[in-house]
Amino acid sequence: MALGAVVLGAALGFAAVKFKVEGDPLVEKIDAILPQTQCGQCGYPGCKPYAQAIASGEADINCCPPGGEEGIRKLADLLGREFKELSGEHGIEKPKSVAVIDEQICIGCTLCIQACPVDAIVGAAKQMHTIIADQCTGCELCLPPCPVDCILMVPLPETLDTWKWKYPVIEIKSAHHA
Amino acid sequence: MLELFRFPGGVKPVSHKEASAAAPITRAPLPKLLVVPFRQSATGAATIQVVAGEKVLKGQIIGVAEGAFGSAVHAPTSGLVRAIESRMLPHPSGLAAPCAVIEADGEERWVELSPLDPFDSDPEIVRAKIKDAGIVGLGGAAFPSHVKAKTVIDTLIINGAECEPWITCDDRLMRERADEIVSGAIILGRLMAAKRIFFGVEDNKPAAAAALHAAVGGMPPPSPQPLSREGRGAFHADAQTIQVISVPTLYPAGGEKQLIRVLTGIEIPYGKLGPDFGVQCFNVGTAHAVARAVQHGEPLISRIVTLAGNFARAGNFDVLIGTPIDALLALGAPLPDTDRVVMGGPMMGFTLHDTAVPVVKASNCLLAMSPALFPPPKPAMPCIRCGACTRACPVVLQPHELYWYARAKNFGKTQEYHLFDCIECGCCAYVCPSRIPLVDYYRFAKSEIRAREREKLAADLARERYEFRQFREEREKAEKAVRLAAKAAETKAKLAREEAAKVGAGETAIAGEPGNTETALAGEPGNTETASVAPVNDKLALIAAAQARAAAKKAAVAPQNTAELTPDQQAQVAEAEARRALIDAPKDSA
Amino acid sequence: MTSSPHILQPASVQRVMLKVLVALTPGIAAYVWFFGAAILVQLALASVTALAAEALILRLRHKPVLLFVTDGSALVTAWLVALTFPPIAPWWLTVCGVLTAIVVAKHLYGGLGQNPFNPAMVAFCTMIVAFPQLMSQWPHVEFHSFSVQFNAIFGGLFGLQRQLDAIVMATPLDALRTVLRDPEQVATIAGILGEHATFGNIGGRGWEWVAAGYLVGGLWLIQQRIITWHIPVAFIATLAIVATAFNMINPQHFASAHFHLFTGGAMLGAFFIATDPVSGATTPLGKLIFAAGAALIMLIIRNFGAYPDGMAFAILLMNLLVPLIDMHTQPRVFGHKSPPRGGKEP
Repeated sequence: MALGAVVLGAALGFAAVKFKVEGDPLVEKIDAILPQTQCGQCGYPGCKPYAQAIASGEADINCCPPGGEEGIRKLADLLGREFKELSGEHGIEKPKSVAVIDEQICIGCTLCIQACPVDAIVGAAKQMHTIIADQCTGCELCLPPCPVDCILMVPLPETLDTWKWKYPVIEIKSAHHA
Repeated sequence: MLELFRFPGGVKPVSHKEASAAAPITRAPLPKLLVVPFRQSATGAATIQVVAGEKVLKGQIIGVAEGAFGSAVHAPTSGLVRAIESRMLPHPSGLAAPCAVIEADGEERWVELSPLDPFDSDPEIVRAKIKDAGIVGLGGAAFPSHVKAKTVIDTLIINGAECEPWITCDDRLMRERADEIVSGAIILGRLMAAKRIFFGVEDNKPAAAAALHAAVGGMPPPSPQPLSREGRGAFHADAQTIQVISVPTLYPAGGEKQLIRVLTGIEIPYGKLGPDFGVQCFNVGTAHAVARAVQHGEPLISRIVTLAGNFARAGNFDVLIGTPIDALLALGAPLPDTDRVVMGGPMMGFTLHDTAVPVVKASNCLLAMSPALFPPPKPAMPCIRCGACTRACPVVLQPHELYWYARAKNFGKTQEYHLFDCIECGCCAYVCPSRIPLVDYYRFAKSEIRAREREKLAADLARERYEFRQFREEREKAEKAVRLAAKAAETKAKLAREEAAKVGAGETAIAGEPGNTETALAGEPGNTETASVAPVNDKLALIAAAQARAAAKKAAVAPQNTAELTPDQQAQVAEAEARRALIDAPKDSA
Repeated sequence: MTSSPHILQPASVQRVMLKVLVALTPGIAAYVWFFGAAILVQLALASVTALAAEALILRLRHKPVLLFVTDGSALVTAWLVALTFPPIAPWWLTVCGVLTAIVVAKHLYGGLGQNPFNPAMVAFCTMIVAFPQLMSQWPHVEFHSFSVQFNAIFGGLFGLQRQLDAIVMATPLDALRTVLRDPEQVATIAGILGEHATFGNIGGRGWEWVAAGYLVGGLWLIQQRIITWHIPVAFIATLAIVATAFNMINPQHFASAHFHLFTGGAMLGAFFIATDPVSGATTPLGKLIFAAGAALIMLIIRNFGAYPDGMAFAILLMNLLVPLIDMHTQPRVFGHKSPPRGGKEP
């Protein structure tokens, strides 16, 4: 049986490479702009499905809160459409955060592991779980399934590695009137 | 006489070096409390090796080099580690990072030092010594020296140009400690099997150049067994191979790539390093630190810092790393109208958010500023494309174009116009008649581009993991189907065998009809009918087997998704496991 | 919180513009010497108009008025308008020219540093197309009567008839064009130069000295590092070479290089107009191409076109090409093998 699984896995892997459907280049391009949070706030089960929906004209370009205004601008540029404000019904743009499990409370139910779209949670049944901060996209999908509410969203602090120089102040004092 | 080359552009600001260059280097008094950041530069991190409450000796290692570009950190004096905590660093961001707060005991007791004979030691041992001594570039970038000294080169350049106005720490060091600088240069030269060593000194520092000349002349004759690698020529320390060269005073002649250009004619583009062209460049301060580390075993725990600008007593001080800048400033007696302090020179230095921050290895100068001495810039005007910036740019960029695109946040274009070749020397902004803070725009664009690249990387990783997860779910589904199918087949075969056995026992009457309805249903997974047909003891055996499998599975429980983790992530997992053990332990004992 | 560099060279837009104005004075002095004080009236008129228009527009655009009015850029534009217009042009023509330059060519495009076209040249072209005759009335050389010139400028204002006959005279370029193109006359260059009072020793009479004044001022600007040598050298060299070539092909019909250089707007253009940084090319090679192109177009217009002098049209045509020129003439960045072509390295 194990052999069967290995063979089948290999066959699947092979098929994935061999019969890889040449992705729609437009979908790829849209997907490249999307933040890959995989949060589903847009109403689709991930960034790729949303990209497909945009490409097919099914979805609008302003449904991605993590991508924010800049993401919408890029999509508008790519697709030659007008820029739109982020549609409020899908959520608001928030500072980038990561999920953190309060390890004192966690009961090891694995529900969050099953919910995480990017496999960023490590743990096993009845063992405490931990989120790999580097891989967490901040999608918040692990929050609702947690039966003990032990997951918190913590905004990423600015560090020496992530600190950025600010845009220089407008040099002419009344230039903003123009 | 060596032929010198020109680098493009450059500016000639008034040097203002006289006041601080006049006085000899003074040792700064030992402060009560020292704050030593574990991170001394943009790249160089160190892993903390001490805990609060621990006693340390002067020169004791308190942080070991982390990663490829890390560098070690040492206790600058003997005393007690009061705390390991986050403190504000001397950095343009004003952000905090972990530091060791050390209370000096005033005894200045050294750890046991182990000097090396640089001419009788394996290059790897010498390099390890440099690494352990925490030596980084003292010109300002603080890049770890052991990393720079890894390759074999033709020409070693020792940078004594010190082109920024006001700063004189290298000038004084060359005048007072030329012997050790030359020794350090020779050690580095041997390490890299260099054929020649050039000292580049701007021609506004004749005394420093003369001191180096004298030191080179007074060097001992070449050792009988010079180190050589890869069959390269032996290195002879004589006038032919070591030259002290005066270079024209022109800012930024002390830029690494500019000095290499002036002395060798080689132009090194962005993304390439000196060794790609057979040259490497170290600051005179670094060479001095190398000599101290190798010949005396002393780690890098102090440096020369210039106090210049709005001081009553400008000068140069030998300062322990970690000395609070407040304490240091007091030595120069800043004038009452001092309104801010810049770390570094006036062309590239940054304003300190707070003067409580400590001196770090990159702190070459503290420039006290007053509105009279450094008048605040008048309001900026629009760019008139006059081209003054393009003529001043030492990298032949088009600063006005870069400004245009950076201002419009058209980052793609800034990269096409080679934004990352910009060395942020400030020449363009210095000459700009419209007083546009050009460098601010470039720094902004660079950090935005870097942030985007980080985000892109994270997004790609997330996409990959998301797609892998989907693939895995598909696979698991398929595997489950296979498993169930196999199980059903097994059951069917067993049934068939039993039927056959019954037939063998002589019950032939029914055996003629194997295709009865029950067996046909066996193909359906989880069909209970099949089991009910089988004898009861078989059923029990199956249940037992399933229980055993479940038990085994439970015993062999392992975290999921842990395959193919990076060392960092593994470390995180390990940490989590450790915490888990801590949490589990009391539970078990309870 | 200030950022590096913390020191700045004592340079300012104001200082740059002031130096340009200073550099124009030798030419203006020669102008006054040969053609009377009318040009001073025009300069004053243009300056006042320019400053007033600038202040008004800045106010409308909510920009800091004092900061920009005192930058000197409007004065430079005004002076160039005045120096390219006939000194005896009626006052309103100068005013309209300056308004076109400041309001249309400069501020409608975004003000200082934003204009793609040289404002003074936009004014010149607009006015010569709208009022070809008025723009062609040039004063008689060495006719100094200020009252007559004053009458010519402000005549209409006081209900007086403009008395022009006594003072108007064809410019050398005009004369050349009219005579050479007249099928009735079989004129040659040598013949015309000999007969006409309008020609001096090397260029136009009087004009050659004005041009020399501009040359002196221009050289000083190069010495002061306000402009680089590229544009004047390329402009003058191209003009000289191409004019000489024409002259060699047919000396009867095409004037010599020195005549072209010391006549009309050539010198003013080479040192003061083509060197306008805002609307000109900025790379070293780009400057050479820009100036050579301008000189070539100017000469073609002079030799074959309908207008006597082609400076303004030549500059505007080359202004159009500036983004393209700059894009394709990027210098090689330090250490790189090839220059960024069109911003992209191949």
